[in-house]
Amino acid sequence: MTTLRIEAHPTRSATAASRAALGGLVLRDLTVLKKTFGEFVLRTLIQPFLLCFVFLYVFPKIGQAVGGSGAGAAGFATILVPGVVGISIMFQGVQSIALAMAQEFGFTREIEDRVQAPCPIWLVAVSKVLSGSVQGVIAAAIVFPIAAVVHAAGVTATVNLHWLEIVTLVPLACVAMASLGLVLGTSFEPRNIGLMFGFVVLPITFLGGTYYPWTHLAPVTIGHFHWLQTLVLLNPLIYVNEGMRAAFTDAPHMHLYVIYPVLVGFAALFLSIGLRNFRRRVLS
Amino acid sequence: MADDVIVTEALTKVYPGMDVPAVDHLDLAVRAGEVFGLLGPNGAGKTTTAGILTTRVVPTSGRALVAGIDVVAHPALVKQVSGIVSQQNTLDRQLSVWENLYFHGRLFGMGGRDSRARADELLETFSLSKWAQASVYALSGGMAQRLMVARAIFHRPAVLFLDEPTAGLDPQSRLALWDLLAELNGAGQTVVLTTHYMEEADQLCDRVAIMDHGHVLALDTPDALKRSTGADTILTVKVDRDGEKLATALAGGLGGVVSTRVAGDVVTAQVRGGERLVPRTVEVAEAAGVAVLDLAVAEPSLETVFINLTGKELRE
Ligand SMILES: Nc1ncnc2c1ncn2[C@@H]1O[C@H](COP(=O)(O)OP(=O)(O)OP(=O)(O)O)[C@@H](O)[C@H]1O
Ligand SMILES: [Mg+2]
Repeated sequence: MTTLRIEAHPTRSATAASRAALGGLVLRDLTVLKKTFGEFVLRTLIQPFLLCFVFLYVFPKIGQAVGGSGAGAAGFATILVPGVVGISIMFQGVQSIALAMAQEFGFTREIEDRVQAPCPIWLVAVSKVLSGSVQGVIAAAIVFPIAAVVHAAGVTATVNLHWLEIVTLVPLACVAMASLGLVLGTSFEPRNIGLMFGFVVLPITFLGGTYYPWTHLAPVTIGHFHWLQTLVLLNPLIYVNEGMRAAFTDAPHMHLYVIYPVLVGFAALFLSIGLRNFRRRVLS
Repeated sequence: MADDVIVTEALTKVYPGMDVPAVDHLDLAVRAGEVFGLLGPNGAGKTTTAGILTTRVVPTSGRALVAGIDVVAHPALVKQVSGIVSQQNTLDRQLSVWENLYFHGRLFGMGGRDSRARADELLETFSLSKWAQASVYALSGGMAQRLMVARAIFHRPAVLFLDEPTAGLDPQSRLALWDLLAELNGAGQTVVLTTHYMEEADQLCDRVAIMDHGHVLALDTPDALKRSTGADTILTVKVDRDGEKLATALAGGLGGVVSTRVAGDVVTAQVRGGERLVPRTVEVAEAAGVAVLDLAVAEPSLETVFINLTGKELRE
């Protein structure tokens, strides 16, 4: 047996140790991502592919009236494609964090070793959000080649890249949705994941403005009250999707001075709830 | 004392919603270089104690220091000097055997090269090199346990904590792990282990704290604990009835009987200085008119100590 050189006392400051640990945590996640990249691409491809296939290929072909056909269909494509980017970012947050966490906190407790890293426990959760966000950015990028290929003749989105919005809103949306994933992953017991999908993920996605811009919801009223347009303001995905419309198209969208602060607010809210939940799950 | 790696003072944990403390005013001192055992039945508070020392359980009151650092005030610093092997297999299923070690090094701030070298070295030491690239699913229970020990000592911790390290291992793997721990300790590693196997505590530990209901009932070397019973032989007699009668007869007629105990159809007597114990026991039983079905003598064990302290058996 090799002789031991035992450290009887901490050799590094808490800050230095934490910085190194954060690096190690993210490196571990990215290594796992690299090892399973094929799987990652497949599960990331499937949703945007199906959305584009049904709405931009099948519907125009059979003349069904989502956006109609011809110029109307192309207009719909311009609305839909950024929505697909938004929903992909949201699903990445749920899959890469909430589902992974359910496993790691579940029967195998395989998060144990990382939780024992020489850093504050909240940093382990932050590392998850960081690597989840990276996956969100990749998922967002994957949408464009699909949208460019999967559509009926002439039904193409008019993409116009607004770089300032892209480099700010995409990462912001990814962090907000990864933080949402952290909240979900730490709030639901592993055995209740089905419940999470039914009662949280589905309502958020269907009422998240993927298929329609928020500005178009005005006609849904009771009396003079635009109830749906008001209600969905509680949905964080609305701001993500509107932000993607602002970043990637010239389609009508919510004002940027609403999108930015609200997304920052949601990110901060989810992150603080998520980190608190995470700590509670780890300590007793 | 300056050489104490772990010190607890009136350490207490009451879990939320529980009215009895899981750990109750615990005072411990673990010396550098020793193997320290926490021995106790289910629910004694062993895991809770280890949990507080490894910063995972927040104590309700009292204080705990590891390498002189308060576990509540500076958990991240305490984690720098602790290595932990939990009872459950907590290996990272997404990583290979080698990667489980390598990334542990990275978490603890070792560079890529150092971490690679140390991972190779430890796999070699723990006879796991052949499995380096294998998935951790491919490991047997004993191999997984060895890998967890390798991972726990990767960053050269001041204290290695093991929670029931051999529960669920087959006898062969258990012996192998005992050898491994003895070797590590020989090289200077301080070890704290919890167990409810008295043989394990007896074999491995320099000192043992016997715990029950969150209290330490006795703390000493295994030999001193056994000597404290005052007996050198444990006599176990199986009868079909009249156990109480035999116990009384033995206490009166055998000589050197320290204590007797009747549990169902088994009578145990703790005896000091027993010459010709077996024939004399049979004689005493015959004289009392009790039929002996079976008879055994053994040396006192930590089980004996536990029974004397609590009036119950360690494993019921
Ligand atoms: N997270 C928890 N919440 C509430 N009570 C707990 C929790 N963990 C342990 N307990 C209680 O605290 C007491 C001590 O438990 P602990 O796990 O420390 O015992 P142990 O000696 O490790 O037992 P075992 O041999 O079964 O592992 C038990 O009564 C247990 O029910
Ligand atoms: Mg236990």
